[in-house]
Amino acid sequence: MPAQRLSRLVAHRGFITASVKREFQLKYRNSLLGASWTILNPLAMIIIYTLVFSRVMQARIPGIDGAYSYSVFLCTGVLLWGLFSEIVQRTQSMFVDNANVMKKINFPWLCLPTIVLGSAVLNFLIIFGLFALFLVVVGLLPGLATIALVPIAILLMWLALSLGVALAVLNVFFRDVGHLTGIALQFWFWLTPIVYPASILPERVESLLWLNPLATCIVAAQQVILAREWPSWSSMWFPLVVSAALTVWAWYLFRAHEDEIVDEL
Amino acid sequence: MLSIQLSNVGKSYRVYPNQWARLLEWLFPFLGTRHNRAEVLQAVSFTVAPGEAVGLIGRNGAGKSTLLKIITGTTRQSTGEVKLHGRVAALLELGMGFHPDFTGRQNLYTAGQLMGFSEAEITTMMPSIEAFAEIGEFIDRQVRVYSSGMQVRLAFSLATAIRPDILIVDEALSVGDAYFQHKSFDRIRQFKAQGSTLILVSHDSAAIQAICDRSILLDNGRVVRDGDPHSVLEYYNALVANSTNIGEASTCSGMIATTSGNARAQVASIRLETADHPDAEVVFIGQWVSLVIDVESLDDVEALVCGYAIKNRLGQDIYGTNTFHFQQQVTQLAVGTRVRYSFKFPVNLNAGEYSIATALTAGETHLEGNYEWKSLAKVFTVVNSGIKPFTGFVWLEPSVTVEVDQ
Repeated sequence: MPAQRLSRLVAHRGFITASVKREFQLKYRNSLLGASWTILNPLAMIIIYTLVFSRVMQARIPGIDGAYSYSVFLCTGVLLWGLFSEIVQRTQSMFVDNANVMKKINFPWLCLPTIVLGSAVLNFLIIFGLFALFLVVVGLLPGLATIALVPIAILLMWLALSLGVALAVLNVFFRDVGHLTGIALQFWFWLTPIVYPASILPERVESLLWLNPLATCIVAAQQVILAREWPSWSSMWFPLVVSAALTVWAWYLFRAHEDEIVDEL
Repeated sequence: MLSIQLSNVGKSYRVYPNQWARLLEWLFPFLGTRHNRAEVLQAVSFTVAPGEAVGLIGRNGAGKSTLLKIITGTTRQSTGEVKLHGRVAALLELGMGFHPDFTGRQNLYTAGQLMGFSEAEITTMMPSIEAFAEIGEFIDRQVRVYSSGMQVRLAFSLATAIRPDILIVDEALSVGDAYFQHKSFDRIRQFKAQGSTLILVSHDSAAIQAICDRSILLDNGRVVRDGDPHSVLEYYNALVANSTNIGEASTCSGMIATTSGNARAQVASIRLETADHPDAEVVFIGQWVSLVIDVESLDDVEALVCGYAIKNRLGQDIYGTNTFHFQQQVTQLAVGTRVRYSFKFPVNLNAGEYSIATALTAGETHLEGNYEWKSLAKVFTVVNSGIKPFTGFVWLEPSVTVEVDQ
């Protein structure tokens, strides 16, 4: 059965790539500068963070020197958080958002999370490319360890996608889930060391931080970029297990309620 | 090999008293179920052979759309089995889930890809889709500026761009104008001739009679009748007529039948008599019929005039008269007297659905002693059977002479 679903999904690859392209266009439709906004938005973010935190507030990360270190630290966290929250938010509302089409055309619904993933990755690559450029400019380009960002990002996306799909099914039947996700993500943002380094936390709290699978991913990325070190792979087992468990749960929820989804929309 | 095979198909929805009950059941399934099941379809079984055209009829809420969705695959049956052979194209409701911010052309690509076509295939199909839809330069404008008719044109043109093995059409087509309806029915007929199976839902009995070989009547989620369109439609009209007997009831077309007056006399029965049917629901253009109205006085009545008006589906009076104008006034009726009126006329009307309203009065108009006034006392359908095609309300067929001056 999953093999059959996969082959139907592959048969619709044209639709998936076209949808990702369309979504990109739609975002900048009726704007004069068009796709340049993709670059202008993160550029503004990087400039503001750098000016405010590195120049005005003279913020420093304990243990790491450099005028731009806090700005780089913050951007790394915010970019990865953006990827995570975009996938979770857009996946959890995918059935509700596409109700119109789902009611009228028979197509494999697994196209929907795939499109979300594609769009998110595209946006992330553009923004991250710009960020990498900024790193080169300030002379902070990390070495070989940068490659470690790929498995870290994949793990983070897996976590986001499996959580998003489970929430998407729940959201069809309980619309509260959509509202709740927005609030929960705000808490999650501040429970993750994005704005502050984990080391400033009291020891008791810091040890609890590792219960947050996202924190592990983001701290690893910060380590790769700022300290130019390979992350500790052994710490990755927890996010891996959580993602796998979420995938099983999401798949179970989807299979159990698949037949009722369209009727509820 | 059968094209469509439905065995014992049922569809039911879970109905919860409130969201908390649903949450409790989801969280603690072992505490027992908290929902009731609303049955929409029950034990629906039928088969359709390739090239057969089936008209699905029934009142609003009979389960027609749900059945189409199950056959199309956008929703799944709760019980039973559906087997299909070949590629299915469906036109359900308005549009094809078009996105208002994209142009017609962009939407065609999206919907086409959703249907499983590749971009290249759609590009090849595009000229013929544009030519059939005939919406001109609107194809490159945002769908938000489209009329509903244009959306249907685009959706139908896409759904039928490549002949499907099974074509499913919901009432959507009725949104299109007469020109496009005609054109799309032509295409449907062509497909049928080439071997496509057709499932059509329509409230337009003329369309069903014209295209379908067979008709299935659904009522309360069950198949009530399955047979040739003529007899199934008659049964359907009787079913609808029955529900109009009760003071005020809604008919299939959503019109409300009303009765008013002082009830000193009433129409006991009304029927259309043809040469071969004492109570016809379907008549042919040009056929001679007798409208037979039996009236009963419920009080002593000094004078009685019986009138009727034939209305089209929009409620416009097509023809109306009463016995006063024919100097056929009945006077001094004792309570309980029965009077039979017979109005014989040729049905010189265009195909369509018509209703008859009756009026029992003391004089020329219903202002003088209104005994009973009843709308939708009778509903009937006129179909074209071998009459030369024409437009308009009435059949005024001329004899034609053409002289060419050399």
